[in-house]
Amino acid sequence: MTPRDPLDRLLDSFAARLGAEAVVRDAGRLHVYAGDGSPMHDALPRAVVFPRDTADVAAIVRACADARVPFVARGAGTGLSGGATALDGGIVLALNRMDRVLAVDPVDRTATLEPGVRNLAVSEAAAEHGLFYAPDPSSQAVCTVGGNVAHNSGGPHTLKHGVTVNHVLGLTLVQPDGHVVRVGDGACGYDLLALLTGSEGTLGIVTEVTVRLLRRPETVVTLLAAFDSIEAASEATSAVIAAGIVPAALEMLDAEVVTALRAAFGFEFPGGAQALLLVECDGVLPGMDEELADVSTLLREHGALSLRAAHDDAERAEIWTARKKAFGALGRIARHYYTQDGVIPRTRLPEMLRRVREVAARRGLRVANVFHAGDGNLHPCILFDSDDDKTKRNVLEAGAEILRHCVELGGSLTGEHGVGVEKREWMSTLYAPDDLAVMARLRDALDPSGLCNPKKVLPLGAGCGELSALGRRAAL
Amino acid sequence: MSAPDAPPAHATHAARPLSDALLDPSCVHCGFCLPACPTYSVLQTEMDSPRGRLQLIEGLGTGRIEPTPQVVAHLDACLLCRACETACPSGVAFGERMEDARAAWHDAPRPLGRRLVERMLTRVVAAPPFVQRMLLGVGARLLALGDGLAAPFPLPARVRTAFALARQFDPRREPELVEGFVAMPRGRARLRVGLLLGCVQRHLFDDVNAATARLLVRAGCEVVIVRGQGCCGALASHAGQRESARSLARKLVAACDAAGPLDRIVSNAAGCGAALHGYPHLLPDDAEAADFAARTVDALELLDELGLPPARRAVPRRAVYHDACHHAHAQGLRAAPRRLLEAIPGLELLPLPDSERCCGSAGIYNLLEPRTADALLDDKLSRLHATGADTVLAANPGCLLHLRAGLLRARLPIEALHPLLLLDAAHRVLLDDEGEALLDADHAEDASA
Repeated sequence: MTPRDPLDRLLDSFAARLGAEAVVRDAGRLHVYAGDGSPMHDALPRAVVFPRDTADVAAIVRACADARVPFVARGAGTGLSGGATALDGGIVLALNRMDRVLAVDPVDRTATLEPGVRNLAVSEAAAEHGLFYAPDPSSQAVCTVGGNVAHNSGGPHTLKHGVTVNHVLGLTLVQPDGHVVRVGDGACGYDLLALLTGSEGTLGIVTEVTVRLLRRPETVVTLLAAFDSIEAASEATSAVIAAGIVPAALEMLDAEVVTALRAAFGFEFPGGAQALLLVECDGVLPGMDEELADVSTLLREHGALSLRAAHDDAERAEIWTARKKAFGALGRIARHYYTQDGVIPRTRLPEMLRRVREVAARRGLRVANVFHAGDGNLHPCILFDSDDDKTKRNVLEAGAEILRHCVELGGSLTGEHGVGVEKREWMSTLYAPDDLAVMARLRDALDPSGLCNPKKVLPLGAGCGELSALGRRAAL
Repeated sequence: MSAPDAPPAHATHAARPLSDALLDPSCVHCGFCLPACPTYSVLQTEMDSPRGRLQLIEGLGTGRIEPTPQVVAHLDACLLCRACETACPSGVAFGERMEDARAAWHDAPRPLGRRLVERMLTRVVAAPPFVQRMLLGVGARLLALGDGLAAPFPLPARVRTAFALARQFDPRREPELVEGFVAMPRGRARLRVGLLLGCVQRHLFDDVNAATARLLVRAGCEVVIVRGQGCCGALASHAGQRESARSLARKLVAACDAAGPLDRIVSNAAGCGAALHGYPHLLPDDAEAADFAARTVDALELLDELGLPPARRAVPRRAVYHDACHHAHAQGLRAAPRRLLEAIPGLELLPLPDSERCCGSAGIYNLLEPRTADALLDDKLSRLHATGADTVLAANPGCLLHLRAGLLRARLPIEALHPLLLLDAAHRVLLDDEGEALLDADHAEDASA
């Protein structure tokens, strides 16, 4: 028998605990865990393990910490910034089997969930009580609440209801040394919920989430307006918000996206239109007609070519299916797409979209836009067909350029997709070294070994050590 | 471009010459197929999701990964139900890619038991019908013998179910339809159609074939039972035995050709229908096969298209309709069967949640991957039970056998039938002393009332 290296011994111990089937360690099968939803970032993990509960996660994390093996949590692998890739020869903790809805409390309007529960399954579990879970990323039928907490995910309806951090009430966290702590459930002291939500799995692994549920609105109407230019649609967006109306959702789709949707779902686009605006209003019945009339008037005043209202659930479901599957449908018009996630002040939408078009034109690339217009969160999708490195470099550089424009216009690098591997080096375009150093110190304090999802979020720069040294100097 | 930490992705294993479709990366990894995939819901690993399997196929195709038993097992664990195709916004032709991959790595290491069962069954379906009848006869006698001998002993549930299931069939019964038979409608025929009997259907569910012929005649078709038709090749194709699938397909196309001009070629088994529609992929550059595929239609779809006269009698049952995967996902056939069933007086069609979820049968999958197949079956049975239905309708012999086995094992008082049988019961002319009537006396009386 050949002597086994320490990693093999570690994995043997996991297999003994979880069963051999719950530890994947052969190169062939690990191949499918190299990437997530992003076409740009992958790294082969050394192993994938499937814990069943908090105790499993704690035991695995503690053993990894002892053996100095990096580790990263993964949900459904729908992330778009390479956040769940195992860098530095780490192992993946696949949490998709921890998918129990532990409790739904219709009186307090909360749900307690394991991290592998799918986002949509939360609303499904709450439906019988007339409740729902508000953050609704496009991937909500697939993505998990654990991933949502890690990325502080948004979605079309977060315009009115807020992002994940506004809905998380408590978390159970396995710290990077294997200790289990409960966070939140009260409003005193440091707001660790806000710190952990959006920390992209770098400060520990969340194994239980308590979220707020909302009452289903009494009435919902979805308007679909067509415009002859994306500028006109942007102006209309600003006009609606400026009028003090907060729609439940305000989404924009450009002509490229609608071409893909037509191919995928037979979705029809009014002739001559270059942009579609999807406006959803919800609330109590009294006042709804007035709000709808106001929105319709504003849309028409700003050049809406046509206006269609979906009143029943089937019609609304059709529109939303098209919107939510828009990213996937891009496969109909290109082999790959690379989506960016910039944020800009809403008033700069027309200018930003012009800049996006210029960047693409200069680099000979096609761009499709589908985004949350209401909160200025852009998703320009750069389309490409070739797998060669030159094309990919061009695409990546175009993405970086677009984000630089976002920052220039007073915006941010990411609205909801996270920094991950993708944008870590661009963090310095948004933050001064001192600002980043505070983050690095915080991370050091909570993950001193640096094994918990390493090399994500913060720039590598000249090395993490240097950055934290910088931080220490700054703090003196 | 990979992140700096990614290991170099060199092709270290022999790449195989594959069709472009196999390497077509139009999968954008969005993951919408994950919740749609029955095997992912049971096995819960990325390798057992459509997205993961495509990555394995891509890795194998480019030589980045080796066809180890572990890797190949995940290709084999796919049901080929094609639910992922319904879910996929990018329109990836997953079924074709999986069949290509199974054909390309047909020689990869697999467990001996699997190889034997697969080879035996695909040979049996390709054998001439009289040989199949002989084998079935022998099999039935053996089962009866075993049943008798083993009666006093405690038996595993699976074996007992097999015995009980075998008792439902009588292989010595003469078939109602024989090859070469032609049925004419009253008056001028609207269409001349060829009816395919199916390799499983013709022996185990011959009554469905007879019902199909009667209904097609009632809808105004001249029905030709094509001589020398054999098997459509679906099972061989799913098992990666491409050459044998091709030769079966060519034989079937030629047999239909020899039957004179046929407006449509009708099948009544969802699995066969999907395979026939797939002939252009199986036999590329074969114009005859493409023309054949274009004329192929499912019996339920054609009956819906042609329309039937009003039903002759009521069929008082509480039924649910289980969408065979190769109807819903492979042929997009969902509304037509329901429209036909809703027109049957007395039939109450109850909604079945997740009706498009695979029952686990999937050809011979339930024999090769019993654990996964049983998990899916249990799920299906509990949903069936919850509806309070007395009948479950499924338009595929594989589903019917699998469901019947499950219903027997779970002792649920639900009958699993092909929807065409109920349709026929509502439309056929009942003759005196025709002992083959599907409905029992009570139902028939209700119906004539």
